[in-house]
Amino acid sequence: MCDTCGCNVTHSNAHLVTDKGKLARTEDGRQAITVLQNLLTENDRQAVHNRQHFDKQSILAINLMSSPGAGKTALLEATIDGLADEFSIAVIEGDLETENDAQRIRDKGVPALQISTGSACHLDAHMVHDALHHLDLNGVDIVFIENVGNLVCPASFDLGQHRNITLLSVTEGDDKPAKYPVMFRAADLILLTKSDLLEVIDDFDPQQAEHYVRQLASEAPVLQLAARRKIDIDSWLDWLRDEVMAQRERRINNLSLRPNIQPEGAALHSADKYHHDDHDHHHQHTHSHRHSPS
Amino acid sequence: MHELAICQALIEQVEDLARDNHAVSVETIWLQVGPLSGAEIPLLEHAYPLAAAGSIAENANLVIDTMPVRVHCKKCGEESEASTNRLICAVCGDYHTKLISGDEMVLSKLEFDK
Repeated sequence: MCDTCGCNVTHSNAHLVTDKGKLARTEDGRQAITVLQNLLTENDRQAVHNRQHFDKQSILAINLMSSPGAGKTALLEATIDGLADEFSIAVIEGDLETENDAQRIRDKGVPALQISTGSACHLDAHMVHDALHHLDLNGVDIVFIENVGNLVCPASFDLGQHRNITLLSVTEGDDKPAKYPVMFRAADLILLTKSDLLEVIDDFDPQQAEHYVRQLASEAPVLQLAARRKIDIDSWLDWLRDEVMAQRERRINNLSLRPNIQPEGAALHSADKYHHDDHDHHHQHTHSHRHSPS
Repeated sequence: MHELAICQALIEQVEDLARDNHAVSVETIWLQVGPLSGAEIPLLEHAYPLAAAGSIAENANLVIDTMPVRVHCKKCGEESEASTNRLICAVCGDYHTKLISGDEMVLSKLEFDK
């Protein structure tokens, strides 16, 4: 099957494809094939390609996600101020409209490419690939991809990054991880931003936010900082330094890294376990209407 | 609303598979979608006809299996049912669990006429 459809066979799903990828005929003579292929296979393939770009040049790629206004660009500005002497940084900015964020980064002397997504609510691997070809990555140590401000859609698209970071500003409410579990599960690191406002905000409890993160079975570190006033940013900068070193090590050992949570492995594993071709499902079906040709 | 993008990716895959299998029409498409995939099933169902219009799957039935959220506990080794924002072990209460079902977004099966 994979020779014809080109789907991405990995060590975690190969057994499924070989065990179940056989052709079968139904009673009414129609042909049915078992596919078991991630819906975003094409995006994922492009993401693998992007990751190879990064790995080849020993670049650490970081995907920043949050709701709009949580302080992703302010975090980048503070990070550039803190690390510009140590590392070469480049930034890909995703927004629906304007060059404003890219301009803020360029004002810091760092190359930035703005992707204007129009109405698209997330970046995908193809957009990032196009952007990479417009950025000079020579000698770059870290590429930050600032995703579109949105706590929903960006979590579903692998861009080729090594790490996902989710920002939660203290003005948003400490129960955001419970409300947006897909996003917060995807994080390798969670930053509670604008922490200098905690003294005037009485309904955000950082421990409660962390509690909700743990309820998602996440072991991601949770750090607090206030980027604009550069309060408590040292732990974040240290985390980044460690990650850059780890990426260089991986390069030497010819290894790569995907973000902590990847749906594919669990998806195909559970597909093996819970899907039965005899349609004796113990889970719920929903059927769409058959629609007439337009 | 990224469900339209997901449906467009689905239709591309279905068209490739249909072509490779010399199908004349696609009858049924089965998906497996878990609540932790980030895709909403009702939105997928609404977006599907838009993505499928004019394709070989234009008249296909879309059947979506909602996958259960289940975790395997790294501490006690048990498997248990969980909810989307509470992925802790139902047996021992530990949060060191691994999701074994619930984040699927998979094209599982296709049925077509040749």
